[in-house]
Amino acid sequence: MTHWIEKQRYIIDFTLSSLLRRKVKNFGLLALYTLIVFILASTMFFTYAIKKEAALILNGAPEIVVQKIVAGRHDLFPLAYVETIKNIRGVASVESRLWGYYYDSLVSANYTLLTPPGNDAAKPSAKTTVVENDSGGEAVKPLFELNGAKLEPGTLIIGNGIARLRAIGKDDYMPFRAFDGKVLNFRIAGVLSSQSELVSSDLMLITGEDFRKLFGIDNSHVTDLTVVVNNPSEVAMVASKIKKHLPDARPIIRDEILRTYDSIFNWRGGMMIVIFSAAVLAFVIFAWDKASGLSAGERREIGILKAVGWETSDVIQMKFWEGAMISLTAFFTGVILAYIHVFFTGSIVFEPALKGWSSLYPNFELTPFVNLEQLTTLFFLTVVPYTVATIVPIWRAATIDPDSAMRFTGE
Amino acid sequence: MRNSSLFFLYLSGGILLLGLLLVHASFSEKAGRENLEEKAALVKTLQLTDLCLFTEARYTRHLSQADLNTAFQDHPLSLEHFPSGSFTQPPERIIARP
Repeated sequence: MTHWIEKQRYIIDFTLSSLLRRKVKNFGLLALYTLIVFILASTMFFTYAIKKEAALILNGAPEIVVQKIVAGRHDLFPLAYVETIKNIRGVASVESRLWGYYYDSLVSANYTLLTPPGNDAAKPSAKTTVVENDSGGEAVKPLFELNGAKLEPGTLIIGNGIARLRAIGKDDYMPFRAFDGKVLNFRIAGVLSSQSELVSSDLMLITGEDFRKLFGIDNSHVTDLTVVVNNPSEVAMVASKIKKHLPDARPIIRDEILRTYDSIFNWRGGMMIVIFSAAVLAFVIFAWDKASGLSAGERREIGILKAVGWETSDVIQMKFWEGAMISLTAFFTGVILAYIHVFFTGSIVFEPALKGWSSLYPNFELTPFVNLEQLTTLFFLTVVPYTVATIVPIWRAATIDPDSAMRFTGE
Repeated sequence: MRNSSLFFLYLSGGILLLGLLLVHASFSEKAGRENLEEKAALVKTLQLTDLCLFTEARYTRHLSQADLNTAFQDHPLSLEHFPSGSFTQPPERIIARP
């Protein structure tokens, strides 16, 4: 065993010296290979982490959301429909939601305005919405902290992304142009925590009364409804009953919401397929380069090695180590850099593409959900194909006559 | 030092660092749980349906709430014109047609 290990070490010594003789070519190859692993690993880490986070966060999403559809588009939901839904067997409670978008031309950003449940003027049971304490500090703060910030008519609670974009904070005022052209000024009662930006960056919490004043929505309509079902296994059944009783309604169940986020960043998506096809293409070029034959220098080297007593199996082992060294170095460097990129730098390389045309983008840190399964998949996707592609053409070259290999001159 | 020793040193360093990153992932996951629960609580309290990932269009801001015309936007032949559209897909129910 010791003899075998020592032999392999000598082969590795020789292979590394041989690789270093062709520094430019091999370092170029290594850099390109590392880049491919880095992109693939970053994509894998990012998508897995965001999907996992979405599944955990959105577990608290409404069981059923009911929208009204008119001519294929969303329409305001008449409150008169609520009784029909309440009367369906299995429905525990129905809550109306008021939400919409507001385009701020000053910063070219879209905000999501939302009335917290129970804060609609049509329902006087307004409840206090509490936000993060302003006092700051190093301690981990809960997203909701009772610090007296109340959502009252004339006030807003804004997401941290909006506060950052508009450089505003608590007690500042923000003007809005209402549906009838009037300018409404709202005082910022609080800012939602920066830790919650993944769900609240562009949120603006507003009272139902102000929401209706801003968008001109009368008290008999809301944006949509949320339905709570007594028995979770009956959610789909209740949704189908809603559809049956209200043909113009569109129920969306929580499972569908979760599945939507499970299919986000799917490999079939435009940008993802570009990344994956670029990686596959690069591997094909690698493999082609290796499979299309050796350079004259390499061929001569093999000839000399065989002439001085190396056996075919030794030459193949040498080439195996060559492939393994390059691919393992690229794998470890690429994966480590990818981890740092995604979980320490906030995916800085992907940022321009993720931001797109939006001027309001959440600053969020992903929880690193990484496991051995991901690393193993990555290993078999990157290291194994290259190592195999290195060995196959060598088999042919290693079996040739040393005399004819050495006679071949010129590179 | 022999070349092979250098290589194995690098390899051991790589394995060690990767192991440390996995340990970091495991610890961060535990530490992040609390933060995740808080975000989930916010989702539950405000009855939110979507993540705030892409704010450039209404159907990418609220992916799960997109309407049935989303795939074609304003014209049946109009091409996707928001970069985030290439990361996302229409809601499950729109794709899963009978």
